[in-house]
Amino acid sequence: MISTVPPAFIFIIGGLLVPFIKGKWKSAYLLLIPCIGFINLISVPEGVHWVVRFLDWELVFGRMDRLSLLFGYIFHLITFIALLYALHVKDDLQHVAGLVYAGSALGVVFAGDIFSFFIFWEMLTVSSIFLIWARRTRAAQAAGYRYLLVHAAGGLCLLAGIVLYVNQTGSIEFGYIGLNGLATYLIFFGFGINCAWPVLHPWLTDAYPEATITGTIFLSAFTTKCAVYALARAFPGTEALIWIGAIMTGFPIFYAVIENDLRRVLAYSLINQVGFMVCGIGIGTALSINGAVAHVFNDVLFKALLFMSMGAVMYRTGKINGTALGGLYRTMPFTCICCMVGAASISAFPLFSGFVSKSMVMDAAAKGHMTGIWFLLLFASAGVFHHAGIKIPFFAFFGHDSGMRPKEAPVNMLLAMGITAFLCIFIGSFPGPLYSLLPYPVDYVPYTAPHVVGQTQLLFFSALAFSLLILSGIYPGEMRCVNLDSDWFYRKGGRLFYYIMDNLFNGLNRASEKVFVGGLAGYLGRVSKDGPSRAALLALVPAWVISGATGEKLAHKKASLRAAVQTGTSPVGITAALATIFLIVVFLLM
Amino acid sequence: MKEKAEGEKEYLFDKPRNVNRLLGCFFSSLGILLIIEFFIHKHPHFAWEGWLEFYAVYGFVACVALVLAAKYILRPLMKRREDYYD
Repeated sequence: MISTVPPAFIFIIGGLLVPFIKGKWKSAYLLLIPCIGFINLISVPEGVHWVVRFLDWELVFGRMDRLSLLFGYIFHLITFIALLYALHVKDDLQHVAGLVYAGSALGVVFAGDIFSFFIFWEMLTVSSIFLIWARRTRAAQAAGYRYLLVHAAGGLCLLAGIVLYVNQTGSIEFGYIGLNGLATYLIFFGFGINCAWPVLHPWLTDAYPEATITGTIFLSAFTTKCAVYALARAFPGTEALIWIGAIMTGFPIFYAVIENDLRRVLAYSLINQVGFMVCGIGIGTALSINGAVAHVFNDVLFKALLFMSMGAVMYRTGKINGTALGGLYRTMPFTCICCMVGAASISAFPLFSGFVSKSMVMDAAAKGHMTGIWFLLLFASAGVFHHAGIKIPFFAFFGHDSGMRPKEAPVNMLLAMGITAFLCIFIGSFPGPLYSLLPYPVDYVPYTAPHVVGQTQLLFFSALAFSLLILSGIYPGEMRCVNLDSDWFYRKGGRLFYYIMDNLFNGLNRASEKVFVGGLAGYLGRVSKDGPSRAALLALVPAWVISGATGEKLAHKKASLRAAVQTGTSPVGITAALATIFLIVVFLLM
Repeated sequence: MKEKAEGEKEYLFDKPRNVNRLLGCFFSSLGILLIIEFFIHKHPHFAWEGWLEFYAVYGFVACVALVLAAKYILRPLMKRREDYYD
């Protein structure tokens, strides 16, 4: 057997070496990394590997079981696709960040202990931020900082939970945790931020559309899916997740309908799809967990495909707003077809990948007699077709003619999209291989007549609603605008905080300067300079007046006394007399 | 990037005939979907899944409700100028 290494290391070390490879070899080198990684991965048998002793603890870098391996496979696959899509990019920063980011994601899913899990979890944030900043626009810079702050807060919350949890249990093994007590709630909440739960979600819709064209493909694949993995590992069957997931599937579609930036529409639909996974984990049966995990696999592919097609449009036209695009099918037909395959997959059309996984979650909800949840999920299924399935291709490739006739996307982009589109159709048509990789044995048949007809009816009549609404002019037109979301609280709240801090502390500063520097210090200076001479004058002038000094003589005496006291050169007699008076005063006071 | 030119070739959906064909296909498939339901044996989890054309009606109503709510409730509440945060 060939010797193997932790999957994360190949990507991280391989990524850090990218800047040293020059010229035409760079493309080959980049694509080789996930290939070598994959060979390494399939050479590792299931079980626990790479246990390292650190202080009194045992760190585990390779807990390979069916759950983590499936995430491992899809992460390798999508890294290959994303790198192929990004081959034309000359900016090494993006390649390094993308590979370290992918490596961190592999570190997260294979970590068997909660310490190394946390380190890789934080590395996800640190490496991904460069994929946003690499866009090098002001908007990207600002969105990146907000992304960083939200994830730093989430990371701290998770860390606090981990410290409490390890303190309570005495073990750092990362396995089932379940909700009981403060520690577990903090961990749960920390996962929730990366998972883009409702209200905690705007970091995603804020930052992903600001990232680079190729960076977004990486971003859409890893952070949220790692959080789904963490929930599947630590909180399967937690009831709260059912409702959290169902709400996640529902609310983003309303935003997606009125959003103009098409990559932001996809970001909202990303939350919607992650909702199905979270819901499946919450239901917690073998069928629902299988469905959630299978949906991760499929979502990574079709969401990447949609982001890639929009990226290709953006690369060729420089535009991404629905208001500016339209009619591009004329000169970008292949990109258009790939986009429609992605759209059909995310909408769960029969024969496309979403169909064989999303329906498992729906079926699990139905088997559990969760009526409200089932209706919400069905609503979301119709809604996702509406905004991601029709709106994206329609506004970019059809709709009104924008007059632009851009060239078809570059070859590497077309190849990446083609491979992904093929996989979406292949998995949708032949789900067997995917099902054989799922954590639990699969006893589920997606292609039954009522299921196929029901789902097709649902989608076709959503399409009918879209057509009628467009034709009647009721469909909300695309507008150049910002839609408020819960990030308002920290974007405007942050400004309020800044304003209050600015006025409070800088006000205090100004007041202190006025009182202490301007007033008190000067006063003390004057007192210590003039005080002794004034006191001496107060004591001596009456004596001089009694002794008959007046006019010029008195003025002369005063001036020489002032000079003598200020320069410390008073005659010995006076000093001695003052000292005596001082002693008498002290004696009397005592 | 090239722009639209005078007298450029006609593309697929520039011809109204092709658009009408597409719409014709779409509407006839809607009809077929409605009819086909009579010939399949259902085994529903919930009672309403057995109702006639349940999925078709739900899909249509859900999407209309979605768009109306987004347009007439969410947008007026949430829409701000593009430079709102600047």
